[in-house]
Amino acid sequence: MQHYTMNLTLKVWRQKNSKSKGHFESYQVKNISSEMSFLEMIDVLNEELIAEGKDPIAFDHDCREGICGMCSMYINGRPHGPWEQNTTCQLHMRAYKDGDTIVIEPWRANAFPVIKDLMVDRSAFDRIIQAGGYISVNTGNAVDANAIPIEKQKADDAFMAAACIGCGACVAACKNSSAMLFTSAKVSQLSLLPQGDPERKTRVLNMVAQMDKEGFGACTNTGACEAVCPKGISLSNIARMNAEYFSASLVAQ
Amino acid sequence: MLNAKIPAGPLNEKWSTYKSTCRLVNPANKRKLEIIVVGTGLAGASAAASLGELGYKVKAFCFQDSPRRAHSIAAQGGINAAKNYQNDGDSVYRLFYDTIKGGDYRAREANVHRLAEVSGAIIDQCVAQGVPFAREYGGLLSNRSFGGTQVQRTFYAAGQTGQQLLLGAYSAIERQIALGNVEMFNRHEMLDVVVIEGKARGIIVRDLVSGELERHFGHAVLLCSGGYGNVFYLSTNAMGSNVTAAWKAHKKGAYFGNPCFTQIHPTCIPVSGDHQSKLTLMSESLRNDGRIWVPKKQADDRKPTDIPEDERDYFLERRYPAFGNLVPRDVASRAAKERCDAGFGVGTSKQAVYLDYADAIQRYGKIEANKQGLSNPSDDVIIKLGNEVIKEKYGNLFDMYEKITGENPYETPMRIYPAVHYTMGGLWVDYELMTTVPGLYALGEANFSDHGANRLGASALMQGLADGYFVIPYTIGNYLADEIHTKPIPTDHPAFVAAEKEVADRINRLMSIQGSKTVESFHKRLGKIMWDKCGMARNEEGLKQAIEEIRQLKAEFWSDVKIPGGINEMNPELDKANRVADFIELGELMCLDALSRNESCGGHFREESQTPEGEALRNDADYMYVANWEMKGEHEWQLHKEILDYEVVKPSQRSYK
Amino acid sequence: MTWKQVFTSSIGKKIVMALTGIFLILFLIVHVGINAMVFADLNLPLWPFDSNENGAIFNKAAHYMGSTVLIRILEIGLFAGFFLHIIQGLVLEFDNRKKRGSENYAVSIGNKGSKWYSRSMGLLGTLLLIFLIIHWYHFWLPGREIMHHEALTPVTYDGIEMHNMYALMEYTFKSPLVVLIYVLACVSLAYHLLHGFQSAFRTIGVSNNKWMGLVNSIGIGYSVIVPLLFALMPIAMHFGWVSS
Repeated sequence: MQHYTMNLTLKVWRQKNSKSKGHFESYQVKNISSEMSFLEMIDVLNEELIAEGKDPIAFDHDCREGICGMCSMYINGRPHGPWEQNTTCQLHMRAYKDGDTIVIEPWRANAFPVIKDLMVDRSAFDRIIQAGGYISVNTGNAVDANAIPIEKQKADDAFMAAACIGCGACVAACKNSSAMLFTSAKVSQLSLLPQGDPERKTRVLNMVAQMDKEGFGACTNTGACEAVCPKGISLSNIARMNAEYFSASLVAQ
Repeated sequence: MLNAKIPAGPLNEKWSTYKSTCRLVNPANKRKLEIIVVGTGLAGASAAASLGELGYKVKAFCFQDSPRRAHSIAAQGGINAAKNYQNDGDSVYRLFYDTIKGGDYRAREANVHRLAEVSGAIIDQCVAQGVPFAREYGGLLSNRSFGGTQVQRTFYAAGQTGQQLLLGAYSAIERQIALGNVEMFNRHEMLDVVVIEGKARGIIVRDLVSGELERHFGHAVLLCSGGYGNVFYLSTNAMGSNVTAAWKAHKKGAYFGNPCFTQIHPTCIPVSGDHQSKLTLMSESLRNDGRIWVPKKQADDRKPTDIPEDERDYFLERRYPAFGNLVPRDVASRAAKERCDAGFGVGTSKQAVYLDYADAIQRYGKIEANKQGLSNPSDDVIIKLGNEVIKEKYGNLFDMYEKITGENPYETPMRIYPAVHYTMGGLWVDYELMTTVPGLYALGEANFSDHGANRLGASALMQGLADGYFVIPYTIGNYLADEIHTKPIPTDHPAFVAAEKEVADRINRLMSIQGSKTVESFHKRLGKIMWDKCGMARNEEGLKQAIEEIRQLKAEFWSDVKIPGGINEMNPELDKANRVADFIELGELMCLDALSRNESCGGHFREESQTPEGEALRNDADYMYVANWEMKGEHEWQLHKEILDYEVVKPSQRSYK
Repeated sequence: MTWKQVFTSSIGKKIVMALTGIFLILFLIVHVGINAMVFADLNLPLWPFDSNENGAIFNKAAHYMGSTVLIRILEIGLFAGFFLHIIQGLVLEFDNRKKRGSENYAVSIGNKGSKWYSRSMGLLGTLLLIFLIIHWYHFWLPGREIMHHEALTPVTYDGIEMHNMYALMEYTFKSPLVVLIYVLACVSLAYHLLHGFQSAFRTIGVSNNKWMGLVNSIGIGYSVIVPLLFALMPIAMHFGWVSS
């Protein structure tokens, strides 16, 4: 792999806090190595900003290995940047070439208000989980782990749905700012497993109700969520949730 | 003299005896008792959820934007449990024994045995929560093997076991939040413990969004704040992982146990340049099928695929024929370092060794061709089939490698190098997980207890969940039974006021320095000192130098650090400065501990103490103790030894040959 | 959970869209089937039908549809379907637009991950609504004698008098502008269906990949064939491919 360096123009959304109005600011970054990660490039810029006595760019990030779901940049019109099934922290600078301009924005959705610069408040996701994204089993109540065999295909499908990292890219990409992919991933995981069966109906109804309450839009099946999902969560989870919801809503009292 | 409060009786009955005899709190009283949990990783989330289920009033805190982000989520390989589902001779005793031996006989027997005893229940609990572990076609759970063991006892969910377990615990805590039993504070960082009349009674936290300080009361405080690997700057920890909560506790009287015991993980992606902000681990499970090698010739610049078989040195298989590529982490890491130091390293930096899947691809390809009934399949077909099998087993890891390096690991061997991964040291706790401050507990990686001088793979998840789900719910009752008459202490109590003032003063001081160097630059310099002199190999001279250098760094930090922004606003640089200031102090203690332990054991390798073949040489006569440090003042600590008394296992020189 | 809640939640609204959408899809089959009878008069060599009946087959079918009580009752259902689909569609569109918040992206995501027509169902639907009004004005209102149209003359087959809808079509499609409007409407319909067909089935819960594959294939075929047949009618009439 040939390494190279590049100079770039960054246009970054700056917003002091949730109440103030934001704006774009342009920055030049020089001698960026193609081996750097995207966030390391922002680190370099921030170090320069601090040295110049300016406020560094605030952004969410933690594990930097694509699993915690904290990083959340909307890069040149795509959540998490240009690579497929990738998070911002895993994006590397070899995706760009010398002279490129990169526009960086926060997730934009009513339900994800900006906290500062590129950081948004995703606590709405936690509240959706609180509405039913669990199996009600107290510690110590469990039977032996092998007492209930689970069809491998179902276990694998449940795992694929459970791989969601809750980053919110689906909401950011959706023209309706819908959280259906996120919500359906959890509903799917738990409805595929026998353990989730007793709460199956109330779970989907309550989680969808909470999702609506949080101010997310309705799904129109455009598929943008699936296309940008760093973990490749499938659109079929949404269909599965629709079915769950449909049948649950018809029998619910 | 430290009292670990280990129950009397035979080892395998201690925990059941304890559970049957410990004091209980009745449900009505539980409702009146408040518990603070700091950190929401596996230990914190499981503890908060379990205690909430019991009826305690729990307040949980995390610095991330959601409890689901804690770094437990990044654990890849798996979780051990003595289920013996594979009928390969596993048992509670064997898991206990492997863990003690893997820890190089520096862990406490009673704790480790308890860990092994509850390991099975963890799997049961997680499956009940809907954790989608890997399964066989028959619908039953699948297992794989991990380093340092000869049985298959590791449960896994592809390469995302930590994620699935954490999301299980997260769902449990979210359920308790919904029920009102747990109150959650996201984006809050603990900056001090409040001690009243000798007991931990609360914490001071900073709301990272508004910058405001808050006081919170609790009848007990649980620190589940993880490890301190980021003292090395570059580690596999998350960017935000820090020692601050544990360090504040240490400053308020909690002893710090074995701070120098650091795990260097052998299979990480090598450093690519000065810009590097963190290192990425490739699961140890890769060593199940991958073979580690370097060229037999020094500074061999040929492409790895051009180096013929007989010019490759599979050094782990050569040195440790019995365990081969599956030796424990400390052994594998040192062996890689030894080869690189001797000039056999590969890649541009020469600080890497190869992890090669070509053999495994061939082997699986042939098995698969056989299954499909292909006779005389061509090489291409075998490779294609083999790649498919490998993809299913390790696909996400291979993808991760390719994203970072831009190289395709199906075609060319991966380059790997050891990196700081886990810290076995931590706050000293007794059998009940209580630190030396009454009412202050430490769970999971934050405590020192179960892994001795080296942790075996797939044991950290086990320990975090054991502490949170199955240990603390019992042991905390034993303490809180005496607290049922303690009314909640109002947070205008002078101790709260004083603690908050101390925190505010320190923040003001940091912000008023306005020097010339960034927080990051200090952290990098600290990391370099630690890695060079208190890393994979340590010696007296280096450690003494390191202590001097760290002291100077500390003085420089407090006179020349530059922090932008204000106090009463979101200020990530200030958050980082608070953490780095604590890392600097911790770094000094780690070097001090490493210096005082003049033996090699587990991840701690003192160059002065090795066998003629270069293996770690323990000194049980002088060092079979937990080194606990009490802070006495700036740069001043006092050592308290907890002598380890092995009743059941007979310590011997660890051999994986 | 009340019925209101069932149908006003985000998924409930979508289910209404999907069910009415599928109902309209079924209606279109009937509609295109009956209207395709105008092609009986195609001037083609070897055409199996008598090309000189001046739309008798079509007129009889249209009369049957207009004079059968059961079908008139079903028509009320059809109107309800249209109404629900339109109102719910507009409500959804406007609701969803508000969810982005005050600030929109400077760089739009565009086609990275979704098709333009799947994001433009509101626009396509609105075009179809406008067309629907024109279409009613052209045919339905005169046909139901709500509005008098001088080109709509009676015709008698086997002693039964009925409207000569065929003649009305011929009259209407003399105008090239009308033909153009109809063809453009069919293009809108094609794209609306291309997304709508499979989306409706996802919304009612088809998650199985095998079935979804089938739905997709049928959906594409349907979205191409039905609008194409519709578009060919004004074209054929205009250019005199059918007898008059």
